[in-house]
Amino acid sequence: MSRIGIFICWCGENIARNVDVERAAAEVADLPGVVCSVAYKYMCSDPGQSLMRQKIVSERLTGVVVASCSPHMHLRTFRKAAAMAGLNPYLVEMANIREHCSWVHHDRQQATTKAVELIRMSVAKVRANAALQPISIPITRRALVIGGGVAGIQAALDIADSGREVVLVEREPSIGGKMAGLSETFPTLDCSQCILTPRMVDVGQHPNIRLYTYSEVEGVEGYVGNFKVTVRKKARYVDMDACTGCGQCWNACPSKKNLSEFDYQMGNRTAIYVPFPQAVPARPVIDRDACLHFLKGKCGICAKKCAANAVKFDDQDEVITEEVGAIVVATGFKLYSIDRDQASSKLAGYGEYGYGQYPDVVDALQFERIVSASGPTGGEIRRPSDGQQPKSVVFISCVGSRDNAKGISYCSKICCMYTAKHTMLYKHKVHDGQAHVFYMDIRSGGKNYDEFVRRAIEQDGAHYHRGRVSKITQENGKLIVRGVDTLVGEPLTIEADLVVLASAMQPAGGATELAQKLNVGYDEFGFLSESHPKLRPVETNAAGVFVCGACQGPKDIPESVAQASAAAGKVLVMFSNEQLSREPEVARINETNCAACFACVRACPYNAIERAEVRDRKGQLVKRTARVNPGLCMGCGTCVAICPSKSADLEGFTEQQVYAMVESLV
Amino acid sequence: MDIGYYPGCALHGSSNDYGSSVRACLNALGARLCELDDWICCGATAAHSLNHMLALALPSRNLAIAERQGYEELLAPCPMCSMELLKARCALTASSDLREKVSEIVELEVQGKTRVLNLIQILQKIGLDAIKQRAVRTLKEFRPACYYGCLLTRPADTVQFDDCEQPSSMETILCALGAEPVQWNYKTECCGAGMTMADGPTTLELSHKILSNAVAHGANCMVVACPMCHVNLDMKQADIDREYDCRHDLAVYYLSDLVGLALGLDEKSLGIDRHFVVKR
Amino acid sequence: MSGNSHATESDVFSEANVAACYQCGKCSAGCPMAEHMDLLPNQLVRLVQMGRFDRAMRAEAIWKCVSCVTCSTRCPKSVDCAAVLDLLRQAAFEQGKVPPSRRRTLLFQQAFLDNIRRNGRVCELELIGVFKTKAFAKDWDLLKLMEDAPLAPKLMRRRKFHFRGERVKDRGLVKRIFDRCNSIKLDLATSENS
Repeated sequence: MSRIGIFICWCGENIARNVDVERAAAEVADLPGVVCSVAYKYMCSDPGQSLMRQKIVSERLTGVVVASCSPHMHLRTFRKAAAMAGLNPYLVEMANIREHCSWVHHDRQQATTKAVELIRMSVAKVRANAALQPISIPITRRALVIGGGVAGIQAALDIADSGREVVLVEREPSIGGKMAGLSETFPTLDCSQCILTPRMVDVGQHPNIRLYTYSEVEGVEGYVGNFKVTVRKKARYVDMDACTGCGQCWNACPSKKNLSEFDYQMGNRTAIYVPFPQAVPARPVIDRDACLHFLKGKCGICAKKCAANAVKFDDQDEVITEEVGAIVVATGFKLYSIDRDQASSKLAGYGEYGYGQYPDVVDALQFERIVSASGPTGGEIRRPSDGQQPKSVVFISCVGSRDNAKGISYCSKICCMYTAKHTMLYKHKVHDGQAHVFYMDIRSGGKNYDEFVRRAIEQDGAHYHRGRVSKITQENGKLIVRGVDTLVGEPLTIEADLVVLASAMQPAGGATELAQKLNVGYDEFGFLSESHPKLRPVETNAAGVFVCGACQGPKDIPESVAQASAAAGKVLVMFSNEQLSREPEVARINETNCAACFACVRACPYNAIERAEVRDRKGQLVKRTARVNPGLCMGCGTCVAICPSKSADLEGFTEQQVYAMVESLV
Repeated sequence: MDIGYYPGCALHGSSNDYGSSVRACLNALGARLCELDDWICCGATAAHSLNHMLALALPSRNLAIAERQGYEELLAPCPMCSMELLKARCALTASSDLREKVSEIVELEVQGKTRVLNLIQILQKIGLDAIKQRAVRTLKEFRPACYYGCLLTRPADTVQFDDCEQPSSMETILCALGAEPVQWNYKTECCGAGMTMADGPTTLELSHKILSNAVAHGANCMVVACPMCHVNLDMKQADIDREYDCRHDLAVYYLSDLVGLALGLDEKSLGIDRHFVVKR
Repeated sequence: MSGNSHATESDVFSEANVAACYQCGKCSAGCPMAEHMDLLPNQLVRLVQMGRFDRAMRAEAIWKCVSCVTCSTRCPKSVDCAAVLDLLRQAAFEQGKVPPSRRRTLLFQQAFLDNIRRNGRVCELELIGVFKTKAFAKDWDLLKLMEDAPLAPKLMRRRKFHFRGERVKDRGLVKRIFDRCNSIKLDLATSENS
């Protein structure tokens, strides 16, 4: 016979205002199996919890119903308290009489009646509860980091420095990401490469980091603690071990006019190339589409020049499997393009800015290369069309960002800061030049950030105009920029030599496809979703998968690095245990009844059900059956709903329990 | 091919050269224009400036006539008319209440089903290949600045035609006939449109900018598909020259003029002899 | 105005999505007439957002507008700025708040509508005659009055001059359409007197 205790919380006024808790306590006291029913001002407080513990012992309770807030808030609290008093924690149920009742109803009478019914349902459920044990699963204490930009580098180094192994996968031939191409960084104007390259070298030399560049994650199987990841290493046509990075090959390569990805198509590179001098690994890669050997079947000069015999024209893609326990996604961002052709039908280009057909309208990352000492102009500010030094430069904020008509409603957060930086860098190099900025708002929250923007305006003399630009045309080598200064209330046309667009930050290409492989959610713009915006900012809803950097949302370098360290910290918390403990509320298949139709296998969104065989002691096949992998099951119940033989059931939410709840109402 | 035809007031008035041109050109291409019975004015800028409901009702009456006569498609060569017709069509299709109300006002049931096409769309419908097949001469001496003005492409959601910032449909047709359209920057800037009478200096100023930009980019003529653009750029060109002390000397053709010339039609039947600026 | 139906102010401007405007000014930046306006399009939208219809209605700018719809087309928030100006013009006209300096524009629009009301189609000669008389005859501005007269022979030579314009058959219908539409007035709250 069950002995159930009911604990009703006032939640201060939150519940008590609209629910007569004392009346409710009295009404549910007589339900079958209930031996005590009390109300208390704050059940989650220490005295509230100890009241519950006392009653569990004194009344020899076999089940507990706490009627209070959402189980999302305090189920763990009350289960822990019950366990301390010696009751199996899975014999504790909650009735949500706050979010589902007192907060949404005004009539105290009716709200109280509803609260009683909610409690009655929970009592019916807990009567049928079974004691459950948490599931322990083994864990591979090795991490995968996807993306080798500054966030991925930071996460990988943090995890590796703690003694755990890291597999770092980068799509490009070198790690470094977007930051490696930046000139100087706000708000200190320290050289981006100078602060990043030591970290890149650390990654390349770290004994605990296995680095795969020019590689992509192709598939992910398994579950938290036990992922199996397949990585495709794209054919590099260079033997990484043999190559010394001496540079003979790329110096000799006759195919020299290939647009450099690293310089955002503003400079050239050879067919065999390292993207930039400080690349890690400092090993070249051959671009098949540019290499004369592959295009015309002749050449091979690089192979002849290579003293180490490292050029391998017969190199093939290689698929590698790695086992890891946790995954950090740090795939970063790309910039919105104003071109007519867009990646998604929701986005539209800027015909009014010429759809990118004017060579002297560049985006912010291109301008970084123009300013950068390692860039195509060697750090001299010269414009792409004719190499002239621009005497008048217009910077336009919010291109794509906050522009619903073009498909992006969000603020890209970093543009105000780097635009201010751009005007400074420009002025520092072109003393007689004039920088103009068209902006809507200046968003410079952050330590020393607003001071930095003010410096650009007050000391470096950038002309800031509040207003959007409506049109850019080209006349006689000048860009005619038609804008407005809404502060004086006048239209404003500026003849510029160069226009720099602060284009919106978008998730890097392929991020959503990767998210699908990882079962990680993403928003309408393709940014990966964190589990909770405040309390679980680097976790995702896929257990064991963490996010950091701009793949989760627009952010600057300091934030990306902080988030990367946070993600690494979360991984290490996971790795601090030998085993992982999971909630036992997962599906279970009654293997005796299972008709092996495997409808559940196909229906399961987590691939948590496998086809299994039941064999006798002699190894003879008795029958086939579906079987749940408790490490993967998320307890969604899809299999329960779909099973034609009613062989699937959900621990903690059995059909018996659910029917008991329904019956208690009717 | 029989096409419902809404000429609008201008093509029956001082822009009858455009009317002749459209008819001659399309007839030569095998399209027969069937004018709507007793059509009324679309209301133009005056209606949408002074009376929102009137601006819906006047074009709706014409849509109702087109529906009654069973035209699925209606050619309105004047972009002001076609835009007003389309605006009404959008509003009617969006609201059954409005359909009811407007039907009552215009004393004829109107659904807003008729598709409204501009001159370029009709030519596209006939097809580049069909036009090229019938062409008897090349237009290679023409280096036109194709001028779309405001209402051919705007409001973009309503007219849903071409690219509202960088349109190219006229260029496509003219290139196919051998002309060499220039790239220039004022394709979609406004010429002042219906303000010719009400605010003369404004239209002179705007039109002067357009003509100047066309000349600066190497055009030897202009091509339009709008009677108001033609008035401001052609009829008013002498005034512009006087006001700004310059000499643009830029012939302004309707799109149907140049297509018609390629088809071998003579200037008179196309109404080109009725233009003000005559060159060549 | 008793007995007439009234559209409410919230209906009137909400369709133009006025609440969405964040004052970026792109409408004013692209407006071909902005340089000649006393208030820029974005400022007019702002006044409407604030409910200061009277100030907006009395602006010369709304009569400078050439209805090219560039503002609405480029608006990042899909505010139909051109429609806002239409509504302001209608309200200013109905409430007699058109600034004297822009009377000529209004007179033309009125003459245009009167012309259609009478004929069903625009009769150009009649329109010009009526408009010029109303606009200039009162001030004995003969220069303006006769400004376009030299065009007449040129038009005649080009067979573009029609003494008698076209008229539709069912002119009674056209008048009835006008009367029904004229009975629907815009109703803007005008408590504010700036």
